[in-house]
Amino acid sequence: MEKRDVAVLGVGQTKFGYHPDKSLVDLFAEAFYEAFNESNIELKDIQAIYYGNFVGEMTDGSANLSGFISDEIGLRGIPARRYEAACASSSVAFREAYLAVAHGIYDCVAVGGSERLYNAGTAIGTRALATAVDGLHEMTAGLTFPGVFALAARLYSKKYEIPMEKLHEKMALVSIKNHKYGAMNPKAQFYNKFGDLKVEDVLNSKVICSPLTLFDCCPMTDGGSAVIIASVDFAEDVIDNPVYVLGTGQSGAGGLFRQREDMVRAIPRKIAAEMAYKEAKLTPKDIDFVEIHDCFTIAEIIASEAMGFFEYGKGADAVEEGETWVEGSIPINPDGGLIGKGHPVGATGTSQIYAVVKQLRNEFKYNQIKDAEIGMTDTLGGDFGTLVNIILGIHRR
Amino acid sequence: MADTISFKEYFDALLEGKLLGLKCSDCGAYTCPPKAVCDSCGSRNVERAELSGKGRITTFTTTYIAPVGYDKEVPYTVAMVELEEGPWIVGRLEIENADEIGQDLIGEEVVVEGKEFPTEMFYPDKKKRVVPVFRLEKA
Repeated sequence: MEKRDVAVLGVGQTKFGYHPDKSLVDLFAEAFYEAFNESNIELKDIQAIYYGNFVGEMTDGSANLSGFISDEIGLRGIPARRYEAACASSSVAFREAYLAVAHGIYDCVAVGGSERLYNAGTAIGTRALATAVDGLHEMTAGLTFPGVFALAARLYSKKYEIPMEKLHEKMALVSIKNHKYGAMNPKAQFYNKFGDLKVEDVLNSKVICSPLTLFDCCPMTDGGSAVIIASVDFAEDVIDNPVYVLGTGQSGAGGLFRQREDMVRAIPRKIAAEMAYKEAKLTPKDIDFVEIHDCFTIAEIIASEAMGFFEYGKGADAVEEGETWVEGSIPINPDGGLIGKGHPVGATGTSQIYAVVKQLRNEFKYNQIKDAEIGMTDTLGGDFGTLVNIILGIHRR
Repeated sequence: MADTISFKEYFDALLEGKLLGLKCSDCGAYTCPPKAVCDSCGSRNVERAELSGKGRITTFTTTYIAPVGYDKEVPYTVAMVELEEGPWIVGRLEIENADEIGQDLIGEEVVVEGKEFPTEMFYPDKKKRVVPVFRLEKA
């Protein structure tokens, strides 16, 4: 069946950080109304809600959130559902929404997510995040998410014969870059903070899971984000600056122990990215900038290779050579990424879309990528358990 | 015919020093921990097998910040081991100087044993938590 083209009408994102006085519903509603207000539609135009949330049960004692959310934002009774795919929750929600609109099920829908991990505290937050590893065979050993990427960092060092100390210096540059950009982003958790880190600051910060230190890790974050999408015919009737969805891809895998050595090649990401490139009829060379899932410094490096921007084993050098900085050949995370902006898990995917859409509309107040026409997102759920890539552009495919 | 091994059976055997898995009658590959199909080719034509319990460390990390339920165990070292028969498993390496040794630990030969730890609120087994523990061969 021929798919219809789909466009983004509006995007919204709360300030990321600490929100002790806003519920999961409040955070979604705030982001939703920002997106709604720039969409030039009426509430009744929205036919369904696709909501991403990872661990509402553990952080807020709340599951079954979709009905509450639709009711609280004034859309009582419309079909709404929650998507859970760890850190990729709202990217899976976005892709499902896109497919529904593309296949003519709906003309206009709202997508988004919210999460409150900062408010939950480190011990519960770490346990909640760890629910995304294999619950028996990885959890029994106490494997955490920094742990997953620490395992990957040591394997990367061994496989590509880069001494761990040398690799860590290159990884530190990812943190320095993303904190520099996050410090410029008024909606980032670390706005005006850590904008001038040095390699030693990263290497000498507290060790979380060796060799990863605190500055190798993204923070625990509260926040919400939302996107309103519609069929192209609907979109072009109501706004004059639509951003088009050009391609999407999704793949997945079992536990790290099933992926073995492939964990540093992120095979599900390669599959998802190729699916998105194929649908968009594009190649990695056509992408002007990308929002990558940098939950940890090494994660951004591995992702940049699996998505086809660099050869396997060369991503760490690319950071050092400036390729992934705003001035480089493929800017990665000009909004600060998860490390600088924050990582409210269920809201992260649609916050990446927020950043890409703002760039493509030339609305970035800092780090605007000149003449950017095509941007891409990359969201990782769990230890490569779910991978989603989305390509957006200012021209129809 | 597909043979199955429950997680209880797998962990109980590990406590007795036996590492259980599956051997594929179609492609010959081993699967460990066991699952519904052969991990290599997807066949359901698998039979239970006892593995040697020997392997080599492929990667590791020492955890200093632990989730609730594991915080009394820090610091602890999580390692991945490639078994002689091919599969990789996750467990603990009970040595205190893993970070000092660093990358040289990768490739070291180990034997796997089971060790019982207190379970925690969210762990699937509410009676016990059995951890594969790796003992360095040369130690």
